[in-house]
Amino acid sequence: MSDVTGTDDATVMPAEAETTTDTTARMNMIQAINSAMDVMMERDAGVVVMGEDVGYFGGVFRATAGLQAKYGKTRVFDTPITEIGIIGVSIGMGAYGLRPVPEIQFADYIYPALDQLVSEAARLRYRSGGEFTAPITVRSPFGGGIFGGQTHSQSPEGIFTHVSGLKTVIPSTPYDAKGLLISAIEDNDPTIFFEPKRIYNGPFNGHWDRPAANWSKHPGGEVPTGYYKIPLGKAAVVREGQAVTMLAYGTMVHVCAQVVEDTGIDAEIIDLRSLVPLDIETIEESVKKTGRCLIVHEATRTGGFGAELSALVQERCFYHLEAPVERVTGFDTPYPHSLEWAYFPGPVRISMALKKIMKD
Amino acid sequence: MADAARSNLPPLALHVPEPKFRPGDTVDFADVEIPAAGAARRPDTADDARGFTDLVYTMVRVLDEDNRAVGPWDPKLSPDTLRRMLRHMAMVRAFDERMFRAQRQGKTSFYMKSLGEEAVAVPQAYALDADDMCFPSYRQQGLLIARGCPLVDMMNQIYSNRGDKLQGKQLPIMYSEKRFSFFSISGNLTTQYPQAVGWAMASASKGDTRIAATWCGEGSTAEGDFHSALTFATVYRAPVIFNVVNNQWAISSFSGFAGAEATTFAARAVGYGIAGLRVDGNDALAVYAATQWAAERARTNAGPTLIEHFTYRAEGHSTSDDPSQYRSAGEPTAWPLGDPIRRLKDHLITIGEWDEERQAAMDKEVADEVKAAQKEAEKNGILGHGLHQPLDTLFDGVFEEMPWHLREQQAQMVAEETESGRPWDRK
Repeated sequence: MSDVTGTDDATVMPAEAETTTDTTARMNMIQAINSAMDVMMERDAGVVVMGEDVGYFGGVFRATAGLQAKYGKTRVFDTPITEIGIIGVSIGMGAYGLRPVPEIQFADYIYPALDQLVSEAARLRYRSGGEFTAPITVRSPFGGGIFGGQTHSQSPEGIFTHVSGLKTVIPSTPYDAKGLLISAIEDNDPTIFFEPKRIYNGPFNGHWDRPAANWSKHPGGEVPTGYYKIPLGKAAVVREGQAVTMLAYGTMVHVCAQVVEDTGIDAEIIDLRSLVPLDIETIEESVKKTGRCLIVHEATRTGGFGAELSALVQERCFYHLEAPVERVTGFDTPYPHSLEWAYFPGPVRISMALKKIMKD
Repeated sequence: MADAARSNLPPLALHVPEPKFRPGDTVDFADVEIPAAGAARRPDTADDARGFTDLVYTMVRVLDEDNRAVGPWDPKLSPDTLRRMLRHMAMVRAFDERMFRAQRQGKTSFYMKSLGEEAVAVPQAYALDADDMCFPSYRQQGLLIARGCPLVDMMNQIYSNRGDKLQGKQLPIMYSEKRFSFFSISGNLTTQYPQAVGWAMASASKGDTRIAATWCGEGSTAEGDFHSALTFATVYRAPVIFNVVNNQWAISSFSGFAGAEATTFAARAVGYGIAGLRVDGNDALAVYAATQWAAERARTNAGPTLIEHFTYRAEGHSTSDDPSQYRSAGEPTAWPLGDPIRRLKDHLITIGEWDEERQAAMDKEVADEVKAAQKEAEKNGILGHGLHQPLDTLFDGVFEEMPWHLREQQAQMVAEETESGRPWDRK
């Protein structure tokens, strides 16, 4: 964590954040996530970090770099390659009274652990009358745009939002990543924390053929060095507008912002940040104001979280809608390798939908 | 079917296991290898796991044909302890009998007996410390009873009544008893295995002295969680005891479908570098001794142990099961390892510490105790008779705090109840 600077820039610290820190540093999303775990391990001796390659090596994306050296092998450790085991063991540690932060190396590899997450972590509090809980935070890199092919690109959030008892959180900036991860770790419910790996090193506007950006100039790259929280269940309005509401999360927040800039359409962009619990008030207020709603996610369309969002907007804002709710998503195919930019819901697909919804 | 690619070779043949006896068959268990009591050696609890190969193919047995305790595994328990153990085993059987009947009378939806397996859970509760954490499957009610869980509380759960602290949310017998270090039971098989390892790892990492124990049936050793748990346990030398209750049957499929034709379940330990013991599961003394051994091994940081309890599921899988459809009715009585309660009773009589009169008196006492508990529990209601938890508790405990979408659904449910004209008794 270099480049530590003091700041009094109020725009960096939204009013909802709870903080005990007054210094900030420039961080990319990896560093912010690393910092969140560092802060929480320092504050709470029950926090343990585990997963494939997370210990000595510091993680394949470096998210846990330095933590084992700082906190020791019993708090940050490498695991065997078994996702069932990683999550099952975390649940047992949680039942003991620890606060595990297991990592699944890629969201594409979370499926072996589904039984432990769906049947166990999500239901433990409910089925035991509150006697046992699973205060675990499952971190996992997700999403495409990196030529990851079929098994390094998936966005399986819709599988988890469908499960009662799980929270699902997806940040879009380093600042949010740290504040949301601290909240998730402190939260006593099991949380799936998906990290959009395409924007680990910089915001991605969808223009893959232009030079890559980094977080150094983005306001979201200015991150407090100490403890602060961004509440779960609270969306962020990243751009205010009057013409149409765009609902997005993760990488797609940045793609949406670029499309709005490119098209000049006065859209209001809402970064959901947490899908469950969902900030329905912010969504409702915005759509009632604009009368139009475009939902954007990278995950496949059918049965995706966009369908839930669309249904909610239709139910709650029906008499305010001036056009059908539109969804821009990944196609209903496995994530391809060579045809990545034809698959990815990029600027062209989003702007086509945006223009259509404005004409309707 | 495709044409044979190599017509000069004999065709391959697929082996599909088949149990020896089906309905109507005469049972002869002469093939079941039962090593002599006292024959198995007792290793040091600190021994290297690589040295257990002989023990995973034989059987630790203490009670011999003459009902005497013999050999190095005799735990030399006092007659008082043995009598208490016997009483708890009889209590489990009486409880099972009563609750099975309650299901048949329509007082609840479901029950699962542990008939014939009482010597697995009860002596283990004696060998473990009261605060060692148990991650059971659904057939270790003996742990709760031996640890002193009030029978009324167990029955309230079975009846899903207003006294049920799980608020009627769980299927009968899926107990959760943190007070008795008994982890919440899940319907999903063997998920508790890696959880037990995690608990044990946490205990070790905190420098605690408590250990964990977990149970699954031989059928569910086939689950991936079993493999993950054993791998984790060996890697971190977790202070955990893995119990495989090999009762020969997984609902209708015999142990051959979990791999028993080729090897023992205790032998699974060998490949993981975990100490393995195979125990006569109907011999309360052997089960106690093996568990105590494994607990000492775990508590001294010498690592995990897997114990196969070789027993027989004498009843149907559950109240929803009719074993006469898939196995010979003669099996339970022909089982060569006999009945665990009778064997412990006979041992106590043989050593002059018990007699048939006292046994009969004890049986009546436990039956009366169970009956009285049932009467007490039924004051809180039976399934579907209105004396349930307030309906809006349905939404409690999904999350620590109820989010808006659950509050909305809760309000909807309350409105439906009002609309239906059946407002529930909130008292």
